[in-house]
Amino acid sequence: MGEPHVHDVLILGGGAVGTTLARALSRFDLDVVLLEAEAEVAFGVSKANSGIIHSGLHAPGDTLKGRLEYPGNRGWHQLHEELGFGFAPVGETLVAVEEAELATIESIRQQGVDKGVPGTQPWTPQQALDAEPNLNRDLAGAVWVPTAAVINPYEAVMLVADAAQRNGVRIEVEQPVIAIDPVDAHRPDAPLIVHTPAGPWHGRYVINATGLFADEVAAMAGVPGLTIRPRKGEEYLLDRRVEGLVHSIVFPAPRPTSKGTLVIPTVDGTIMVGPTAHEVDDKWDTSTTEEGAAEVFANARRLVPVLNERDVIAEFAGLRPVAQTGDFVVGPTERPGFINAAGILSPGLTAAPALADHLVDILADQGLALVETTDWDPTAPHPVRFAGRSTDEQRRLAADDPRYARLVCRCELVTEAEVREAISRGARTLDGLKFRTRAGMGRCQGAFCTWSCLTLLAEGLDVPVTAVTKRGGDSWIVCERDDQPEPDATGGDQPELDAAGSSVAW
Amino acid sequence: MVTTEHPRQLADSYDVTIVGGGPAGLAAAVGARDQGAERILLVDRDPTPGGILLQCIHSGFGLHTFGEDVTGPEYAHRALEQVVDHDVDVLTDAYVTDASSDLRLKLMSPSTGVATVDTSTVVLAPGARERTRGAIRIPGERPAGVMTAGLAQAMVNLHGRLPGRRAMILGSGDIGLIMARRLTLEGVEVAGVCELLPYPSGIGRNVVQCLEDFDIPLHLSTTVVDIHGRDRLEGVTIAPVDDDRRPVMSRSAHVPCDTLLLSVGLIPDAELAQRLQLRLDPVTGGPVVSSTMETSRPGVFAAGNGVHVNDLADWVSREAQVAGAAAGDLALGRHRPLEDVHVTPGHNVGYVVPHTLSTSRTQTVSFRVKEPIHGDTILRIGDVHRRKVRAVVPAEMITLKVGPKLLDGCAGDTLRVDAIPAGQEEA
Ligand SMILES: Cc1cc2nc3c(=O)[nH]c(=O)nc-3n(C[C@H](O)[C@H](O)[C@H](O)COP(=O)(O)OP(=O)(O)OC[C@H]3O[C@@H](n4cnc5c(N)ncnc54)[C@H](O)[C@@H]3O)c2cc1C
Ligand SMILES: Cc1cc2nc3c(=O)[nH]c(=O)nc-3n(C[C@H](O)[C@H](O)[C@H](O)COP(=O)(O)OP(=O)(O)OC[C@H]3O[C@@H](n4cnc5c(N)ncnc54)[C@H](O)[C@@H]3O)c2cc1C
Repeated sequence: MGEPHVHDVLILGGGAVGTTLARALSRFDLDVVLLEAEAEVAFGVSKANSGIIHSGLHAPGDTLKGRLEYPGNRGWHQLHEELGFGFAPVGETLVAVEEAELATIESIRQQGVDKGVPGTQPWTPQQALDAEPNLNRDLAGAVWVPTAAVINPYEAVMLVADAAQRNGVRIEVEQPVIAIDPVDAHRPDAPLIVHTPAGPWHGRYVINATGLFADEVAAMAGVPGLTIRPRKGEEYLLDRRVEGLVHSIVFPAPRPTSKGTLVIPTVDGTIMVGPTAHEVDDKWDTSTTEEGAAEVFANARRLVPVLNERDVIAEFAGLRPVAQTGDFVVGPTERPGFINAAGILSPGLTAAPALADHLVDILADQGLALVETTDWDPTAPHPVRFAGRSTDEQRRLAADDPRYARLVCRCELVTEAEVREAISRGARTLDGLKFRTRAGMGRCQGAFCTWSCLTLLAEGLDVPVTAVTKRGGDSWIVCERDDQPEPDATGGDQPELDAAGSSVAW
Repeated sequence: MVTTEHPRQLADSYDVTIVGGGPAGLAAAVGARDQGAERILLVDRDPTPGGILLQCIHSGFGLHTFGEDVTGPEYAHRALEQVVDHDVDVLTDAYVTDASSDLRLKLMSPSTGVATVDTSTVVLAPGARERTRGAIRIPGERPAGVMTAGLAQAMVNLHGRLPGRRAMILGSGDIGLIMARRLTLEGVEVAGVCELLPYPSGIGRNVVQCLEDFDIPLHLSTTVVDIHGRDRLEGVTIAPVDDDRRPVMSRSAHVPCDTLLLSVGLIPDAELAQRLQLRLDPVTGGPVVSSTMETSRPGVFAAGNGVHVNDLADWVSREAQVAGAAAGDLALGRHRPLEDVHVTPGHNVGYVVPHTLSTSRTQTVSFRVKEPIHGDTILRIGDVHRRKVRAVVPAEMITLKVGPKLLDGCAGDTLRVDAIPAGQEEA
């Protein structure tokens, strides 16, 4: 047997942390592989969160998460310019509903000022109501923070991964890490050997960015002492009908009983309310609950009284990976070459680009030679979002490519061209397609477009429709009839009037 | 096979443009042509017009319109034949994305690209969409295998694939009932149908022919309270509800299944109605209409499931023919009848369509009751019309014909529509 191929860096986990690191490393002359357990990147915590690029105000400056928050915010602004994912610098309105909360919001503002966050402004109730007319009329005061933004977190992570790949990083999905070989007593400096079902991967450095499972992966490497506890947050998405209810992210003053329910204008113009924050035991428990909904709406109505549960079109929950310290756990471990990037709770999404730079510094410190390549391209073609274009631009797009004139998702106005483009850039599942294009995210929740998406995926991946899944694993969507031979995956599905009437009748 | 040729070149302007090619749109086109309108365009987003009928391969259509019992696709086929005979421009694979107040429609299709057309009048016939899991807020996990009954119907009837192997159905709407039978015939095990209300929300005929005939249990006053499964659905928890419709968790039960179909109601597709800022009826979710199906914006008509959800395609065709004819009349400069009577829902009536009537013509009033009445029932329109019927249920839309003779002297009045158990009229 010849010498195994040794990669410079193995990144475990394709969330916000793993992919931004992959992108940061892609500018150097290195052999980097990212191993992700799920069917696509961003299917972990990074897809189910509030999608806020925090202003920089909220985490204390004496914590790592606090130090990386504002630089991360700047990092996302730049990534957005380069890659063009959904991003909107909407700002934040931090609201004191009661007089007693005025001191709290002022101290949070001061914390931001001390961390160098520019532009914050104390607001009178009238100023706040002028900007946000749907706020609680009895509010005591507010703070305006211009630096906050909202982002499509999954799309952003997927495009960051795409950008890393374009610059030579290998991204391998459906590669859950199941074991890591112990230190070889004779060669303590030998590369680490990481096992996935597909085989062993050898790496000089291994970055543990596996989110909720970072404690288990660390234990595989023989690194003890890390415990990750899931803390659930439920989020509720409202119908487009209430678009424009708020223009900025509305934060409450944090209260002892609740960290705060936010009212969020998403990048796509819809309104989202959440999250809750409750410790749970099961790292897979992303169920939403009756109590969660009640809590979210009770809290959110304190800020924006007209909010109504009846407008909910979708709901989800995410789990924050919380380490014992309550802060990020980042750095080298007793296992040479094995570096943790764990316990990345909120504002982890925000901090990710700055955390990536921090990890690059740590790698350099640990002896990784960083030589910039000459052909690194920080940009990538921005995905076209047909619905957001002017009529003239839409006309031009459709004239050049008629697939821009064929609608796949009617609620969100997603065209066949966009779906095909997403598939060519890595979408492999219905959820992945949805996160990239919004097909199926609107008020009919896929009742109309599921079949078109299925057939386009089947065609793009060259598999039968029955092999297409919602999000990998056993999440199949349709199965064959018992009595029928395998029909071809894509052809002949559009009903002809006569055929639909006679051939299928029973 | 009826073929519809794409108009290669769309005209810049039309007398009547019809959005949607289901039974409503098809009948509206015929109505407009019969009235003499020349330049008529019908736009449908599917490759073949017919709307929801194309996936309803069961029979039970057309008794009123064609005098015989036919399947959905046959009904659509016949309606489309009439349209083609009437020389209407039919543009398929085309979606109307926007409409401005001066009736300029924006549409997109692979054959025309992104285009605009001006029209003197428009008939909105976009049909309805199904309520989803989000709209009824079922807590739990979010695995594959939870879908609306209509999507499952399309998968089976149009695409020849099954949604799963063992299904539970939530909601006893007609689509759910029809799918219970369809899946059973396809060899899928149907564990049962849960209905939150104490009575089924689909029509009686479907309860008998789709559930009882196949021994599929119908659990009334029962709902799904939890959904289990990480990747694919593994089961649901169902529980009976008390009189306030709150689940009684102590009596909950686990039902293993890989598929949950939702048949929890249809809502008029009001996308364009909203863009045109039409007045909407908060109960139906569709636009407020006159006796000729004209909406609050002059020149904009609406018909079919886009106005209120109909249980029979025949009613849709009839109502839409009126809309199309009136749109044709208006486009040709004829005067619209004076709408001089208001109708509103009264005792035990959920909604009434249309919202105004004319003392000068004969029109059909459609409405649904809120709660079933199991004995003799008095239906009343103001004090001009009173009729006794055997029983009424919300699942079955009630239609009454109202003509000038009946409305004589009612100009300026508001008539309440009531449904009252016989003998309780005074109370
Ligand atoms: C409800 C909620 C709201 C939030 N809101 C915000 C917000 O508004 N702003 C903000 O900044 N932050 C927010 N956060 C926090 C933010 O989402 C996280 O900090 C961030 O997504 C963590 O990224 P990650 O890459 O560490 O984890 P993940 O995204 O979970 O990435 C880890 C990846 O590792 C993979 N993996 C796991 N085990 C293995 C294995 N054995 N082998 C290979 N791969 C493996 C997983 O599949 C996953 O893809 C929120 C979190 C929650 C839960
Ligand atoms: C499962 C089921 C069983 C039924 N069973 C019976 C029965 O046994 N007997 C009976 O008589 N009736 C039955 N019905 C009822 C009947 O099918 C409906 O009432 C009728 O189809 C409604 O007609 P419509 O034209 O309003 O809507 P649809 O049939 O939904 O047609 C609307 C059309 O408009 C198109 N469209 C929408 N928006 C746009 C746009 N912006 N641009 C272009 N096109 C657009 C849609 O693609 C669609 O083709 C059943 C319905 C269902 C769902």
